Formats: sequence, C-alpha cells, structure tokens
Amino acid sequence: MKLLVKTPRRALPVAAVVCVLATSTALLAPWIAPHDPNAVDPLNAYAPISAAHPLGTDDLGRDLFSRLVAGARTSLFGPLVVVLAAGTAGTALAVAAAWFGGWFDNLVSRALDVLFAFPGLVLAITVAALFGTGFITPVVALSLAFVPVIARVMRAAALRERSLPYIEALRVQGFSGWHICRRHLLPNLAPLLLVQAAIGFGYAMIDLASISFLGLGLQPPAADWGLMIANGQPSILAGFPQQSLYAAIAVVITVVAFTAVAERLALRFGGDVR
Amino acid sequence: MTLLDFEHLGVRLGERPILRDVTLSVRAGEAVGLVGESGSGKSMTVKSVVRLLPDGATVDGSVRFEGIDVHAMSPAELRRFRSRDVAMVFQDPRATVNPVRTVGDFLTEVLRDQGIGRTEATRRAAGLLSEVGVGDAERRLSQRPYELSGGLLQRVVIAAALLTEPKLILADEPTTALDVTTQEEVVAILNEQRHRRSAALLFITHDLELAAAVCDRIAVMYAGEVVEILPAGQLHAGARHPYTRALLESRPGAVPPGERLRTVPGVPQSALTAPAGCVFADRCPLATDGCRDKRPVLLPIGAGLAACHLVREDS
Repeated sequence: MKLLVKTPRRALPVAAVVCVLATSTALLAPWIAPHDPNAVDPLNAYAPISAAHPLGTDDLGRDLFSRLVAGARTSLFGPLVVVLAAGTAGTALAVAAAWFGGWFDNLVSRALDVLFAFPGLVLAITVAALFGTGFITPVVALSLAFVPVIARVMRAAALRERSLPYIEALRVQGFSGWHICRRHLLPNLAPLLLVQAAIGFGYAMIDLASISFLGLGLQPPAADWGLMIANGQPSILAGFPQQSLYAAIAVVITVVAFTAVAERLALRFGGDVR
Repeated sequence: MTLLDFEHLGVRLGERPILRDVTLSVRAGEAVGLVGESGSGKSMTVKSVVRLLPDGATVDGSVRFEGIDVHAMSPAELRRFRSRDVAMVFQDPRATVNPVRTVGDFLTEVLRDQGIGRTEATRRAAGLLSEVGVGDAERRLSQRPYELSGGLLQRVVIAAALLTEPKLILADEPTTALDVTTQEEVVAILNEQRHRRSAALLFITHDLELAAAVCDRIAVMYAGEVVEILPAGQLHAGARHPYTRALLESRPGAVPPGERLRTVPGVPQSALTAPAGCVFADRCPLATDGCRDKRPVLLPIGAGLAACHLVREDS
C-alpha cells in the first residue's frame, strides 16, 4: 500500500501524543476505567452521556467508556506481541540468510516467498478457524504472516550492510560470524527494524481488530475494540450506533497516529513505508 | 626464517583467473612492497593471506604462514590466525571502522574477545594511541570515527593492527585515501612501530619511491603474476624486467621538467586478458614471438629475480 498523502509536519506532535495516550491508557486501564467494563445493568441500557457514564452505556447497560479503556489493553497488546515476535523471528532469519548466503539464503528466501503469498488476514483466519478462537491463536498466526514482510526488508538491508568494508575488516581481525552479527550488524540494523516494527504495528492492529470483528479472536464478553464494533451492530439497527462508532473511532485514531509516527521514523532512519 | 610463503599461488573465479602465478616469500621482520598497476592482483594477493577471497573462488598453489597452509586451516584455526598472527590496514579508514561505535570500542574489541578485562584493554589501547602519535588518548577513546580526521583515524587503525602484536602486518595502500600532507607521517609511524616490534610488513602501493623507502624488497606484479623481485636499494639500478623499467620511466621525476611524461604503452591488463605466454608480451617494447608462446619463470638475475625470456640472454 502506498501512502499518497504525507503527514503534515504539525500533525506529528499530535500523533505522538495520541500514541503516548493510547499506550498509557492500555497500561493503566484498571485505574482509569470508572466502572467494571463487564458489569451488566439491563435497566440502564443505552443510557445517554452523563457524568456517571461519560460515553453512555451499551445494550446491556455496560459503561462504554470503561469498555473502551479496557479494550485498549487487548487492542494494543495484540499488535505489540505480533510485532515483537515477527520482528525477532524475521530479523534472525534475514540476518542468517544474508550472512551465510548460498543455499541457505535461497532456502529461507523461497520459504518466505511462499509464506508471503498468503495474505496475512487469510492466514490468520484459517489458523483461527482450525485451532480455535481466543487471544493467542490469531496473534501467533498473524506473527507468522508478518515474518516475511519484515524479513524481506531486513534481508536486503543486512546484505547491504554485510558487503561494507568494515565487516571485512572485522573478519580479518578474527571475529566469529556470531560476534560480528551480534555486536555490529544487528545494532546497525536496529533503526530500520524499529521503523518496520512501528509500521507493522498499525497493520497488525487493523488485522487483529478484523479478526475479532469476524468473531475468530476474543469472545464476548471481553472488551476489545474489534469485538465491540461487531457486537454493536444490532444496536445500530435499534438506533444506537455509539458502541460500534466509538470503538471504530478508537481503532482509526490509534492506527493513524502510530502510522504517522512510523512514517516520520522511516524518514529519519531511511526505511521504506511500503 | 621465512614467515610467509606464496608458492605458485593462483586464484580463479569460475573460469576467470584473478591471480595466475604468485611466488614470493616474506621473512620474519622483513618489509616487502607490492607494486604494479591497478588490476594487477596486488590486493587479491594480500587478501589471500587472510583467506578473504570472493565467494566461489578456487585456489591453486599455496600460501604458507610459518609453514602452515592458510587455505587448509580449520575455521577455528583461521580465526586464531587472523586475530593473533596477522593484522591488516586497509585503504580507507572511514569505510573500515564501524561508524557508530567509539574509537575505544573499536580498539578494545579484539582484546576483550581474547578474554582481557575492560580496564586492562583500555589501558593498553590508550598506551598504543600515544605510541602512534595520537595525543589526548583518553578523550579520543570516547570519540566516534567521524570526529577524527582521516589521518588520525588511520593511526587508530594502525594502533588496532599493532594491538595484538602480530608477526605480519598487511597494508593495502594505507595512505591512498589520505591527504598528501599526512601520507608520509602515517607511513613513517607504521614503519617505525613495526620495526620496533620486528613485525613483517607486506605493503601495497602505487608509489615506487615510497615502496623503496619503506621496504627491504620490492615485488612487481603484472596481470596476476609477480614478474620481478628486487632489493629496494636496487630498484633503479637493478631493474631488469621491461615492465619494471617502464614503470620507473613513467614516474613524474623521470623526465626533465616541461617534457611530456612517459607512460607504459597500452592499457593495464588483468590476469583474464593477458596473453598466455609472458603476461607482459602485448605491451612489451622488446617482445618477440617466443614471448607469447612460452611462459617465463622467476629466475635469479643480478641482485633479484625476474620472469622474462629476454633478460636472461643479455646478462
């Protein structure tokens, strides 16, 4: 996907603040949420905005603000795990392939190509359908789907870095490949990895929300933004779109903010924004 | 005692020859200069000592260090050999030092890898920095490569090369990337320090005068072969090979001021394009038909060795 519109410079601090806010909300969810996100109060269903319920309540009378805050936790933690797992595995594969070259590089590259041919979301849905729903299965599946995306970029960078004269000089000094990769190659690739992870974070968040929306991720009554969008659908027909709407806005704002920051990082460290 | 011995070393990349026949020995503590035009295989010869050849290269003949064939070493032996017995100074210090680590990290890394403590490694690095003429060693250690000038950084690289007390230092045009004003200083420091430690030096350069000043013997390479080996003092008087003579006549100082500079006629050839017999036959002013067919071998002539069919007859 090509980003056609560049984020205006002045929007960047806003995006950064949103990222920090979203992250701290996720970390401090139990202390921020005014109500138990799962406390049902049928008599108070579809309550309007009030001091007690800053965003009103849903069809079961649960406080929407509390559910949104609690949902930040799962909605941000999922992509974080995906990015960490795919980043680690992808970089390890990429550096090993670039370092050893030859048949090993061919093997890894072809395997990644095969994996790359599956759209991430389709892979995740298939795995979730086969191995059951929940938090872990979609996250593992999506991590797997993200490995080739990260590995391809990292391999190209690792190949370039490996061919630089300083690596040759280190080899003449008698250092092992392991030492050179760990102490020199990886640290010099870290900025690019950071960019890749930041970009992947937004994509992973959308994918995980989609999986939850399709009912293959977390199950009710868990508070999760994707799930909230799905569960709010009947209420839309009843004339109360709040639940779906707020959750959708939360997803969009967070993803846009993270992607904007990632784009800035990419400009700074010279990665590509896909 | 012979420290390093090339015996009919040939390197091929697939079918393409890079080195055809390199026969040369370096004694312990001796400085040998490698001169010749670009593409003559000087760098490849030096790189073959530390087995830094391109992927897929095949090697004929041998390179022996203290009698052990470098190309038959196990990976562990090779690493040990590279880290303790030999050191290399490259052309461009900017490109061969990891730009994001400090000078101190760069200098102490080898020692730390050999199990020497941080304090001791830093102390030794600082000591060596002052020996190679880098003042204010403490501050330099915490600086990064971009904060140092080219000449200063090359001294740091020389210090790194000396740090493990190697028996052999390989220097691949160590001053080419530097300012003219610092070139002499850097070479002088390298030479002085290696003398003090009685380390041998294999020195690549384009500068014949520099080679004669620094080295004990000079090996002239052309198209992947060593065509002549001379004692440095005999470079002008004792040169027999037509190529060496042509090189000497091409120096700016060889003709009176105002006159057009001489060149070696033709273009430099690599091992791939050179003729099958004598590699220099295509450009040699004296070449006969016989030169193209039969390959000359290095034989003692006067004070040195030369590989030429013609010099044998008139001497």
